[in-house]
Amino acid sequence: MRVNFTVNGRRHEADDVWEGESLLYVLRERMGLPGSKNACEQGECGSCTVRLDGVPVCSCLVAAGQVEGREVITVEGLADFAAHRSEAHPGTGCASGACGTALDEARRWEAEPSGEDARETGELSPIQQAFIDAGAVQCGFCTPGLLVAADELLERTPEPSDADIREALSGNLCRCTGYEKILDAVRLAAARAEEAV
Amino acid sequence: MGVTGSPTSINQGTRTKGGIGESTLRPDGILKVTGEFAYSSDMWHEDMLWGHTLRSTVAHAEIVSIDTSEALATSGVYAVLTYDDLPTAVKNYGLEIQDTPVLAHGKVRHHGEPVALVAADHPETARRAAAKIRIDYRELPVITDEASATADDAVLVHEGRTDHHIGHVAHPNIVHRQPIIRGDAEAAKARADVVVSGEYVFGMQDQAFLGPESGLAVPAEDGGVDLYVATQWLHSDLRQIAPVLGLPEDKVRMTLSGVGGAFGGREDLSMQIHACLLALRTGKPVKIVYNRFESFFGHVHRHPAKLWYEHGATRDGKLTHMKCRIVLDGGAYASASPAVVGNASSLAVGPYVVEDVDIEALALYTNNPPCGAMRGFGAVQACFAYEAQMDKVAAELGMDPVEFRQLNAMEQGTLLPTGQRVDSPAPVAELLRRVKAMPLPPERQWESAGEQADVRALPGGLSNTTHGEGVVRGVGYAVGLKNVGFSEGFDDYSTARVRMEVIGGEPVVTVHTAMAEVGQGGVTVHAQIARTELGVAQVTIHPADTRVGSAGSTSASRQTYVTGGAVKNSCEAVREQVLDIGRRKFGTYHPAWATAELLLEGGKVVTDGGEALADLADVLEDEAVDIELEWRHRPTEAFDLRTGQGNGHVQYSFAAHRAVVEVDTELGLVKVIELACAQDVGKALNPLSVVGQIQGGTIQGMGIAVMEEIIVDPRTAKVRNPSFTDYLLPTILDTPTIPVDVLELADDHAPYGLRGVGEAPTLSSTPAVLAAIRNATGLELNRTPVRPEYLTGT
Ligand code: FES
Ligand code: FES
Repeated sequence: MRVNFTVNGRRHEADDVWEGESLLYVLRERMGLPGSKNACEQGECGSCTVRLDGVPVCSCLVAAGQVEGREVITVEGLADFAAHRSEAHPGTGCASGACGTALDEARRWEAEPSGEDARETGELSPIQQAFIDAGAVQCGFCTPGLLVAADELLERTPEPSDADIREALSGNLCRCTGYEKILDAVRLAAARAEEAV
Repeated sequence: MGVTGSPTSINQGTRTKGGIGESTLRPDGILKVTGEFAYSSDMWHEDMLWGHTLRSTVAHAEIVSIDTSEALATSGVYAVLTYDDLPTAVKNYGLEIQDTPVLAHGKVRHHGEPVALVAADHPETARRAAAKIRIDYRELPVITDEASATADDAVLVHEGRTDHHIGHVAHPNIVHRQPIIRGDAEAAKARADVVVSGEYVFGMQDQAFLGPESGLAVPAEDGGVDLYVATQWLHSDLRQIAPVLGLPEDKVRMTLSGVGGAFGGREDLSMQIHACLLALRTGKPVKIVYNRFESFFGHVHRHPAKLWYEHGATRDGKLTHMKCRIVLDGGAYASASPAVVGNASSLAVGPYVVEDVDIEALALYTNNPPCGAMRGFGAVQACFAYEAQMDKVAAELGMDPVEFRQLNAMEQGTLLPTGQRVDSPAPVAELLRRVKAMPLPPERQWESAGEQADVRALPGGLSNTTHGEGVVRGVGYAVGLKNVGFSEGFDDYSTARVRMEVIGGEPVVTVHTAMAEVGQGGVTVHAQIARTELGVAQVTIHPADTRVGSAGSTSASRQTYVTGGAVKNSCEAVREQVLDIGRRKFGTYHPAWATAELLLEGGKVVTDGGEALADLADVLEDEAVDIELEWRHRPTEAFDLRTGQGNGHVQYSFAAHRAVVEVDTELGLVKVIELACAQDVGKALNPLSVVGQIQGGTIQGMGIAVMEEIIVDPRTAKVRNPSFTDYLLPTILDTPTIPVDVLELADDHAPYGLRGVGEAPTLSSTPAVLAAIRNATGLELNRTPVRPEYLTGT
């Protein structure tokens, strides 16, 4: 079957999609967007978290056909999504993602040697930068899903308590960090946002 | 020539930014937060096929027949392989003992053993075709424990064993056995005022790295194969892969692709040979990605264990003797079992002074899932038991458990039960003091906010199962002793190639090693070492591959020590060569070139007095200095097979934990409130990473204590919970705050004085949590993980 949907602000068409394929498979294997990870394909780990019409979902549990005509934001589009949110919708979200930017733009950044350089160029979303600065990335396999979930938390709750953070991220497993530095990262992103206001 | 006519001064002590001791950020951080970092499961090749493994549905059986015809006839299927298709006479592999079949032949020995392979154009096609392969099994009785393994008439898991351990084991179903006898435990026991014994059971833990086993094999024109894979040790894989493929090692070119965690679970091969076989057979690139279910069968686990311990002590609190017997279940194949036995036995006494010991550790062959390396490697199981014992003895003596430990704590100069003297700082008592001195979290914190109870802070959390009625608090302590690096005479070396050249007017250093970056941060530290040694800001880390010599394994807390040591070593050689070039070019301009101690700092050659002699760019011009060297730590020796004596270890690391738990005694639910840790790291090369490692290790230890276990049916030896739904892992809701106190007492024998960090925190956090739960409930609790029914007596 054919599926039409928007990913990171750009319309896409996927052909020959087998009806059992998940959104995760279509993103990773058909669209060349491997940022969303496959760690359990069972809805238990959150590594595949994307936003579907603004709502965080496990893309491994979404059948490709279900996204027909809808808007998806993945970690690859997170920086532009966040930049757009702070410019066009200050203080709120762009829940539909419809105001997003082209995929090429979303992927325009080059890999930089260290986090400090990126901060200067401002090419990462605040939560991405905070994960790097706080040491919340080790193997990084959980990171894309956590970032999408944490970004949505901060959009909803700009000043989350620790209990709020734990609750919001409880669907995302991380095996490396012990979560403490992930908490640090979310607190850091929230604090920086407050400073900026 | 840019020779400085009148040398300028640079500030002494101004090191090149981003050197050792700084919390430099990860060089792969941006790629990882933008989703661009390519993990092994992200590898993609035009025209690639998908491989799938068919695994046995029974634990122990003869294979009567395999019929692949229907699978082969499936549209989209390119190849179906079984044991008969293996190209050479070498059909087994293994880390130490080559007892693991690439594909089962004649017999399967555990549930989930690979039997056949399929390559197809869509992963689902491959899966469905594999389901059409008909296998006729004749089931055999299963061996699941020591009694069934060592019975006189026991079926042998490996008939006709010929490996080098066979002469020293009491039964062919024992992989390896290591006694350690020192002093006279019986005689010492006579001096004891109290004697305390206990039996402990340690469950089977899974590494549960998030990135599943995966990789891509690409057939090459020269008949070889290029393999992109997530592993812990490229060269160890290569050594096992090439003979099975019938290729010389230089025709199997391996490149590390992104690794989503490892924790020991990638020391053994998983899909490596399978993908190569399919690629060579089909002539097309083949990608294999395990799903989570398969991942539980695709790697070895942590050895479950039964441990029996006896300690004696005098009235004044001095340990008199220790006897113990540790039985590890190695499962169907040897994997790392012999070395795990070596660690469990040699570290069985823990960080305490006990002169008279009688220790025995052994690993069994059974039909349970194969077990091998996991963070803490044999020391974890022992620590769980000896720490429970310390609390028991202290209680028997009416002493404070921390004071009792401190009274018996080892220190620098202590003799281990193996007769080896500890020749570096061993701050066991100090770590306990520090962890005890940390302020305790507030009591009943769900109420202390003053307002109404936030159920999220209670045991049971959002399930809203209590409002604090039956909730009690407990505090527990533990400390552990872990060896660093490969022990028992293993030639534990690493190789680093370091190149310095001028690019765009700037001196640039490239570090090339085969080290597996599995998340631990080795890439960060290598750049820091190069900056420190060579005074250059720009450091590039070359991708890890087999075009450079072996780096050894990313395990045993050894990688920063050994490969970090190799990078330092090669950098020093590069520095000497750069200085030689400088002396040659500029030596006549300034006497300091010949007389002073010269350093490289801030892109310049500098005297130890802080005088800048030349820019590195001018020294090198278009020359490049490129050096590859191996580096070894001090040699170790094997343990005597009867007495266990021998200088088997090179370094030790120590961590202490204090756990604070709250238990809902009505429902048997545990909430770990805080897990404070104090650890000696020798020297923190990157403090941010060090703390991250300690916190991660701490939570893996907590997982064992309260939730993690692979459950194997004792009648069928089948795994009951191979999924993230049923194998419980700590989430961010289950984890406590983890304050960390880092101590830096240099080990003079190690590069920069560092001590391996990764494993020690996994040892002590489990017994600390158990001790806290015992303290809260008054229950004995001799088994991990603690389940609700043990707490409620149901
Ligand atoms: S891969 Fe989707 S939740 Fe784990
Ligand atoms: S950083 Fe490895 S799983 Fe989270």
